[in-house]
This record gives sequence, structure tokens and C-alpha cells, in this order.
Amino acid sequence: MSVISIWNSTIGKKVVMAITGIGLMLFLVVHLAGNLLLFVPDEGQAFNQYGAALKSMGPFLYVIRGGLLAFFLFHIFAAIQVYTSKKRARSGRYAVETSKGGPSKMTVASKSMIVTGAVLLIFVPLHIYMFGMNKGAPPPMVMIDGNEIKDIYSMVATSFNQLGIVVFYVATMLFLGFHLRHGFWSALQSLGAMSPRWTPAIYTAGFVFAFLLAGGFVVLPVYFYFFIDAPVASAGGAL
Amino acid sequence: MKVNVKVWRQENKDAQGRFETYEVVNLIPEMSFLEMLDTLNEQLLKRGERPVEFDSDCREGICGTCGLVIDGMAHGPKRACTTCELRMRNFNDGSTITVEPFRAQGFPVLRDLVVDRSAFDRIISAGGYVSVNSGSAPDANAIPIPKDIAERAMDSAACIGCGACVAACPNASASLFVGAKITQFSLLPQGQAERHKRAVRMIETMDNEGFGNCSNHAECEAACPKNISIDNIARMRREYMKGSLKAV
Ligand code: HEM
Ligand code: SF4
Ligand code: FES
Repeated sequence: MSVISIWNSTIGKKVVMAITGIGLMLFLVVHLAGNLLLFVPDEGQAFNQYGAALKSMGPFLYVIRGGLLAFFLFHIFAAIQVYTSKKRARSGRYAVETSKGGPSKMTVASKSMIVTGAVLLIFVPLHIYMFGMNKGAPPPMVMIDGNEIKDIYSMVATSFNQLGIVVFYVATMLFLGFHLRHGFWSALQSLGAMSPRWTPAIYTAGFVFAFLLAGGFVVLPVYFYFFIDAPVASAGGAL
Repeated sequence: MKVNVKVWRQENKDAQGRFETYEVVNLIPEMSFLEMLDTLNEQLLKRGERPVEFDSDCREGICGTCGLVIDGMAHGPKRACTTCELRMRNFNDGSTITVEPFRAQGFPVLRDLVVDRSAFDRIISAGGYVSVNSGSAPDANAIPIPKDIAERAMDSAACIGCGACVAACPNASASLFVGAKITQFSLLPQGQAERHKRAVRMIETMDNEGFGNCSNHAECEAACPKNISIDNIARMRREYMKGSLKAV
């Protein structure tokens, strides 16, 4: 069998979805952990140093970025194919559709993966444009220990003091929460890692994971909006 | 007892179908759902109308021939139950019941509630058997199989091939059926010789028959009259990956 025919099979496609989905989830965990440094009450020193440390990884950073982009693209590509195969497999619609409950895990989350995924697809480039590239403007700088580094803390603080941006972030993270509510356990099931003994525990763990991860990303903008003032001297800052 | 049935009528494979609503009277709660449809058909025949066509054979939950989507649920509202075993006492007197055929590209509607499920036969032909010559039947205790493994294989072998999993799946995926068949063989010594070839060939056929991919909704397990667990799907995936990677 060729690798192509494995990829073309329904099983291969779901294995790719699962591996890329888990990779993206791991990234989000690391990303959130880093962002929690925003809570350190030191006017952003810790967070800015973290940003500078990431930057100092040099070429390795580009390897990680390239990998993430590849995972993202493969995930989306497989998602579209799963979705179109489903549309092809049932053309006539049922007049009534009811879940039989019991062991069913068919939920709003499981049925709207393509929608919640599409929201993330729109969000990610906007997010990179806003924070990664400071909307094309030169980023604000700050002196720490005699080195001039990017003041990403004040970029965040400036943006998250604007109601529109906060609402947009919070809303998107709710979609992320729904995506992961089904995605976490689904990925393990797609890899064949399930057994009847573990399924209930892992399904519950999926809820906890989605709640904590999405919750963490929701709390950040809300915290800045209500408790941290926008930096005054953010000349050329975000927005 | 009486009910109104809103039932799918379709002349043939290519015709446009539509719903018709009929009142069915003189029912008793102990009647099975199929006996209710028999009663409806007697009424229709008396009036000189074409009876509603549906499939059934054993009428005791073992052949897998009967299968209808009743009020949006494959085999109706009762769990672990085939349409033929479903009783009218599960419905309220005077209620309206919607009855539709299984809807999937892999199961084209032939007439009214009858669908063509031969895609399942073709999947079985692709590997759902043991073709190595096993000689005459050995002593039952000559092949030691631990009790828990035998139980698990038996749970999978309980699948009656009714297709309710496909009907209930939002993606019209046949994964539960194929998973049950692959699992049953993969657990037993007799299935080892062709284990991986079987998985790859059955899944290739499943994919070619136009069933959708599995999104892990697990609605199939809820609809299955034999309570086949989606663990069978997880196992099928492991079998396929092992089999296909070996052959790369
Ligand atoms: C932060 C980004 C993302 C993460 C962490 C993520 C995570 C996951 C995970 C873990 C799964 C379960 C995989 C499986 O069922 O085997 C999944 C499924 C899915 N993802 Fe994503 N995803 C992300 C972005 C996207 C995007 C941008 C799309 C684009 C439309 C998308 C569409 C889907 C779809 C449709 C499914 C369900 C597949 C199915 O029905 O079988 N996801 N995702
Ligand atoms: S797995 Fe269950 S629902 Fe599917 S064909 Fe077998 S018995 Fe029917
Ligand atoms: S008629 Fe045989 S299972 Fe229902």
C-alpha cells in the first residue's frame, strides 16, 4: 500500500486529523502557559522576557512555525474532505432527526466542528496580524537589563482595552471551547486509543480540558479590560 | 388504540418520494410496530390502494432485515431493540408517528421503506470470512480462548447487519458495522491468518461504497439494536493502520 492510499482512506484521514489536532492542542497548552505570565504584576517584564527568549531560538523558531503551519493546513484539508464525504454520503434528508441518547456523544459541539473550525481559521490570521505583526506598524520597544526588546506586553494591554477586540476574543474562544469539547476525546478515538473502560473518563476529561483551555484564553482579555489600564506611552502601539 | 402514521411513499428508485399520512385504527398495545404496518396495509388493500412496502423476515430481532427510521430514530425510540420487536405500547394513543426509510447513498431506496443494503454484502465479500482450510471441526477445548476474549468476540459477532448504524450516523458512515466484523475475527485464533489483509480490504470496499467518514458522534452505538460499542471502531482503526503500514 502506498502512503497516498492510506491518506485517501477514511481511517487514514481521521488519523491525520487526530495527530494534527493533538499537535495544535499541545501548542495551545504551551501558548496559554506562556500567556499566563501576563498576570505577573511587574508591568510586563516577565512576559516581555519570555517573548525575547522565544525570539532568541532563531532558526529553531522557524522550524516550529513551519511545523505548526503544516499541521494547520493538513488539519483543514482533511476536515474539508471529511465534511464533503459526509455531504455525499447522505443526499436525501430525514424529516425528523432525534438522538437516541444513552452512549451517544452527538452534541452541538460534535455536529458543528466544521463551523467552529472555520471560526478558528478566520481568527488565526487576524491574531497573527494583530499581535505577531502589530498590524504592520513598528512594534513598541522597551529597555530591560540594558537590552532593547519588543514590548509585547503593552501591545496586548493596548488591544485588550478596546471593547470590540475583547468581545471578539471572548467569542472566538467560546468556539474554540466547543471545538475541543468534541475534539479532545475524538482525537483519541480516531487513533484507536479507546476502550470501553476508558471512554467515559476520557470524554469527561475532554470537557475539563476544553473548559480550562478556552477559559484561560477568555480570562486574559477580560482581566486586562477591567483591571489593567492601557499604557499611555504606547507610541506606535497596537491599534 | 389508534395512531396516525406519516409514512414515506416512493414508487421506485428514481422517483421523487413524498410523505402520506394515514390513520390506523383497531390496534392493540401488544402489537409490534410491523404488525401495526400490516394493519395499515390491510386497510389500504381494502380501499384498493397500493400497500406500503417494507422489509421483514424473522420478526424476532435476529435477521437484521427490518429497519425503519421512526420519529427520527433508527429502529424507533427504544434502545437495544429492532423495529420488529418494538411494541405499540411505546407510543401514545392518537399520536402521529413519522416513518422513513434509512437514508444513505450506500443504501438507495427501492420503494417506500425498502432500501438496497447489498453494499454490506459486498463489504463482507471483501474479507468478512475465514478462507484458510481449517480441516474438520476440532474439539471445542482444543483451541484455548480466554473467557473474556471469547465474550468480547461474541459481543461483536452479535451484529445482525441491519444497517441502523449507517441510518443513525449524521455522516452515513458504516464504521460500526465494519468495525464489528473486523473485531470479531481479529480477536479469535481462526481470524489471525488473514487478519490485516481482511481489515484493509473491507475498509477499502466500505470507502468505495460511498459511506461517509466517521466523526465519532457515537450515535450509531445508541441506535444499534445489539448494543455494539464504538470500541469496535477504535479497534478497526488499529487493525487498519497495522495492516496498511505493514504493506507500505
Ligand atoms: C487551534 C486550532 C485547532 C485545534 C486545536 C483543533 C483540534 C481538533 C481536534 C483535536 C480534533 C479531533 C480530531 C479527530 O476527530 O480525530 C478536531 C477535529 C476537527 N477539526 Fe479542528 N482544530 C483546530 C482548527 C481547526 C480548523 C481551522 C478547522 C477548519 C475548518 C478545523 C476543523 C475540524 C473539523 C471539521 C473536525 C472534525 C473532523 C470530523 O468530523 O471527523 N479545526 N480539531
Ligand atoms: S453494528 Fe448494530 S446497527 Fe450496525 S449493522 Fe450491526 S447490529 Fe445493525
Ligand atoms: S425482522 Fe428480523 S430482525 Fe426484525
